[in-house]
Amino acid sequence: MAGYILRRLLQAIPVLLGTTFLIYFMVFAMPGDPIVALFGDKTPPPSVIESLRERYHLDQPFIVQYFIFLGNIFRGDLGVSFSGQPVSEILMATFPVTLRLAAMAVFFEMVAGITIGLVSGLRKGGIFDASALVVSLILISLPIFVLAFVMQWFFGIYLGWFRTTVGPGAPTQDLILPAIVLATISFAQIVRLTRASVIETGGQDFVRTAASKGLSRNRIVPVHILRNSLIPVVTYLAVDFGTLMVGATVTEGIFNVPGVGRTLYQAIIRGEGPTVVSFVTIMVLIYLVVNLLVDLLYAVLDPRIRYAK
Amino acid sequence: MQSNTRPDQQHFVAPLDETPLVAIDSVKAEGKPSNLWTDAWNDVRKRPMFWISSVLILLVVVVALFPGWFTQTPPNNDCLLANSNGGPTDGHPLGFTKQGCDIYSRIIHGTSTSLAVGIIVTSLVAILGVVFGAFAGFYGGWLDAVLSRLGDIFFSIPYILAAVVIMSVLSGYRNVWVISLAIGLFAWPATARVLRAEILRVKNADFVMASTALGVSRFRILLRHVLPNSIAPVIVITTISLASAIVAEATLSFLGVGLPTNIMSWGNDISQAQTSLRTAPQTLILPSIALSVTVLSFIMLGEVVRDALDPKARAQR
Amino acid sequence: MSEISNGSNVQTERAPGAERPLLEIKNLQVGFNTQDGLVKAVDGVNITLYRGQSLAIVGESGSGKSTTAHAIINLLPGTGHISGGQILLDGQDLTKASKKDMEAVRGRKIGFVPQDPMSNLNPVWSIGFQVEEAIQANGIASGRKAVKKRAIEVLKEAGLGDADRRMKQFPHQFSGGMRQRVLIGMGLAADPQLLIADEPTSALDVTVQRVILDHLESLTRELGTTLLFITHDLGLAAERAEQLVVMYKGKVVESGPSAEILQNPQHPYTQRLVAAAPSLASRRIQATGSIAAAESSMHEGAADAAGEAIDLIATAEARAGALAAAPPAPPAIVVEDLTKVFKIRGSGDFTAVDKVSFQIPKGTTMALVGESGSGKSTVAKMLLKLEDTTSGKIVVGGKDLASVTGKELFNLRSRMQPVFQDPYGSLNPLRNIGNTISEPLFTHKVGTVASRRERVYELLDQVSLPRTLVSRYPNELSGGQRQRIAIARALALKPEIVVLDEAVSALDVLVQAQILRLLADLQAELGLTYLFITHDLAVVRVIADHVCVMQRGKIVEAATTDEVFDNPQQQYTKDLLAAIPGANIELGA
Repeated sequence: MAGYILRRLLQAIPVLLGTTFLIYFMVFAMPGDPIVALFGDKTPPPSVIESLRERYHLDQPFIVQYFIFLGNIFRGDLGVSFSGQPVSEILMATFPVTLRLAAMAVFFEMVAGITIGLVSGLRKGGIFDASALVVSLILISLPIFVLAFVMQWFFGIYLGWFRTTVGPGAPTQDLILPAIVLATISFAQIVRLTRASVIETGGQDFVRTAASKGLSRNRIVPVHILRNSLIPVVTYLAVDFGTLMVGATVTEGIFNVPGVGRTLYQAIIRGEGPTVVSFVTIMVLIYLVVNLLVDLLYAVLDPRIRYAK
Repeated sequence: MQSNTRPDQQHFVAPLDETPLVAIDSVKAEGKPSNLWTDAWNDVRKRPMFWISSVLILLVVVVALFPGWFTQTPPNNDCLLANSNGGPTDGHPLGFTKQGCDIYSRIIHGTSTSLAVGIIVTSLVAILGVVFGAFAGFYGGWLDAVLSRLGDIFFSIPYILAAVVIMSVLSGYRNVWVISLAIGLFAWPATARVLRAEILRVKNADFVMASTALGVSRFRILLRHVLPNSIAPVIVITTISLASAIVAEATLSFLGVGLPTNIMSWGNDISQAQTSLRTAPQTLILPSIALSVTVLSFIMLGEVVRDALDPKARAQR
Repeated sequence: MSEISNGSNVQTERAPGAERPLLEIKNLQVGFNTQDGLVKAVDGVNITLYRGQSLAIVGESGSGKSTTAHAIINLLPGTGHISGGQILLDGQDLTKASKKDMEAVRGRKIGFVPQDPMSNLNPVWSIGFQVEEAIQANGIASGRKAVKKRAIEVLKEAGLGDADRRMKQFPHQFSGGMRQRVLIGMGLAADPQLLIADEPTSALDVTVQRVILDHLESLTRELGTTLLFITHDLGLAAERAEQLVVMYKGKVVESGPSAEILQNPQHPYTQRLVAAAPSLASRRIQATGSIAAAESSMHEGAADAAGEAIDLIATAEARAGALAAAPPAPPAIVVEDLTKVFKIRGSGDFTAVDKVSFQIPKGTTMALVGESGSGKSTVAKMLLKLEDTTSGKIVVGGKDLASVTGKELFNLRSRMQPVFQDPYGSLNPLRNIGNTISEPLFTHKVGTVASRRERVYELLDQVSLPRTLVSRYPNELSGGQRQRIAIARALALKPEIVVLDEAVSALDVLVQAQILRLLADLQAELGLTYLFITHDLAVVRVIADHVCVMQRGKIVEAATTDEVFDNPQQQYTKDLLAAIPGANIELGA
């Protein structure tokens, strides 16, 4: 297990360097003046441009710039936003809200997705299964912003059950609707994945052997079918986290949730390039960390990984 | 071994006319020759979902290529603010946007943008994915190590976030080609991974060894034997990635880093309609329906194709 | 076949007070719903088994033998269901039992040992957990401690000496043989009256097979468990069970005491099986002293009614005859000190092949025999230059394989062609048969399009397949037919040497016997030299002139086939020979 963790950590290093380099490259190796390009059609005050030039050391060779950039990130210096507030400060203020939102979303999608997927898989070909398949297919096809607006309009405006935007301090009851929106697409994927996994596991030899030992169905389903089916679902969580981050950006923007996503959303909408780059970098780093955690979770779930040399 | 045979266990022989012998291993090949592709076609054409999605996709393609067949109203320059958020009138079946433009016409003219981005991104993803995946999987060794790590790096940046950065930097050059490049550049690793895994499975098959033992060249083995047997999952994932690319373009346009407003795009229209959500939800919902139905038809096609090509998926129907 | 009786097909009424069978299957029907409607997998099977007896169901794949076993415990896969008949366990009709009743029967009254030890243990739970679970479910013990104690006991009985230590380990940390012991332990955990063993050792190495079957036999005898045994190997069945049921296409064609059936098979299908079973053929040759004597000892029935060439002894005799006529030949292949070392990341080097030397005279067959991991397939791959050698020499047709490259290697490849084990993997599923067979001709630019087509037809004739197959795809053919195509492809360039890597191992006995006959005929006709790689010594008796026995990368014994069988020198060879089933059964004259 320790060897596995160590190996995964070592493998993460080149990926970490590679991703940060790639982001930096995308911004600063483009033709023309990158600072001006980042602002698009906006013209920021010359003092801002000056401070950015200084910060990114544009007089240095490209590779040196990159390492200074990398060093800054690891020292927690993520630059300054347009309003002059340090990005790290904004992050500290917004991160807890996003974490709560994401936790609620993951909870919804996992509980509902696995339950429906399990029932669907166990009753393959039935009416429940058929409807679950159709509904999940439709949900997968809905772009998140479409879904967000439809839900906002239907539950917030038409039915009036929820507030359409999140109030100050982001109370949990206001987060329910955005969390459901955020959970929906992954939910549909988890339903399909769990269903497929349950059907496949259900046909495995060891399930028949478990029955031949005299175990009841009530024991076989959770212990032998569901337990094994969770492994691919957990792996999916890692991939899903990327969708979740993009989803959070859109959802927080639309529901005005004061989180990391909304900050990025507003920076994008306002064309504040440097802030966008800072936040994307942070999200990619979080994504890498989550992927590592999921890999470890995977090892916990699958002894074949845990005990591999 | 002591004999404790009971009276009702005596030697029994079934009458031959009840259990006739057939020739050992006789050849039973009748009808048309069939392989994976013909079987898949026979399977697919029996499924209503295939026909529904195909008809929808055909419709999308025709609308994209010949918008003039469907509307005479120009999408952009006939807008009258007097019509802002107006309901359906004669010749304007779906009403007007906030700017007073014809919604129906904008939806019709936005189709080609979505489809073009979808096709360009998918081609890019397929080419990069197949080249990287095939070389990494088939040749292995250091080439695999380098290509796979490279794929890991690109895979670790969610492609929409990467596209947001690229589009922010290239704010002066926003068009269909640039946005497609921005999406496709980071979307290929999934395809490469799928193909690589498949090739690793196929390349150890005995028929590959048999061809090697014949002296067939490595590259020819890759093209003739390995790739054709590994490509099925790539076709599935490519169909679905067409849908993802359309969603990505709409999302980027919605965020304001996609296409400029002078290019017709469903994402742009949805973005601009959001302020009217309370007063005129149809201005937002109508282009959303066009977008979602287009995406749904590609995803449905992908599902049907997966069911037909993947024996495991077929067993789960 | 006028002497066939119809007597015991109809169940005679037992006198009141007479002994009741433990298991009585009456007119069992099992169907599967498919797209083409109901397919009957089992059709009117009758089996009677008394307490303390052992009974084997024998048949090829698709005969319905496993389906019958699964029907007894009502665990049929997919759409399978019992559509008629009765299964009486001690008088209780299991076909009418409720779900709850069946759960009580499984494990407690009927134990089950499945076929493949690799897939029958749940990979995510420890061995201890899975055994304890079986004990708890059957109420054998209660309380954590008692359950654990019983679990260790069960595993020890099954032959896992260090069970206490290994309880916490996971299936992937066990070898195949060890896993099968665990499965046997689980099957017997609740001391059931009946144990169903479905090909319990087919997936294991031959020497391990024997040890495990011996253990199973002594265990069931000790516990007084009645044994129902499913196997495809007639020799094994006759050796391990006192009663035999032969199944063919879902029906019982012959049943009764093992010895009687083996000595006097009545149904032509049983006669086919007797003639085609390698274990029986090799035992018969050993018992009578020579191939010719064995041939004459075979009863007339074995000369198959349908004229199928499946009699292995006849095959052996045909080979022996052809070979005796030929003068001693120079070697076609010389292998000297061949060594292959694999570098394994983290754990140093692994010597898969260790200084292996042998020669194969032209026109003869040499068998390379060994269990999995012995390095035999690696030798084949080095010979075919699919794998580089670490050291040593391979000389083919006077040329050292190590020194040839480029064009010369390309030309040399045409002189040596392989046929591999897996009939499902040996042909490209997307290329039709014509293209597959002509690939060698195309690659080596032999002839014109028209002459290639002619050659493909000729090759199809040689492997006895219809010419119409050229436009067909592999998925339309059976395993045996695919192996024929693979042989045709190997022969296309008229090679001198054919490397047969477990080429018949995956086939059903009758098909295997047919292919062995085909190989023998082709050798006589074309003067081919075979390197025959196998784990099955019984087949070797029929097909090979020389034998090299490999163990852990080394050749431990090399001699002519007769010498190896008559006078084995090494303990390992003796173990392999002893593992051929049917040692102590009377074959009849």
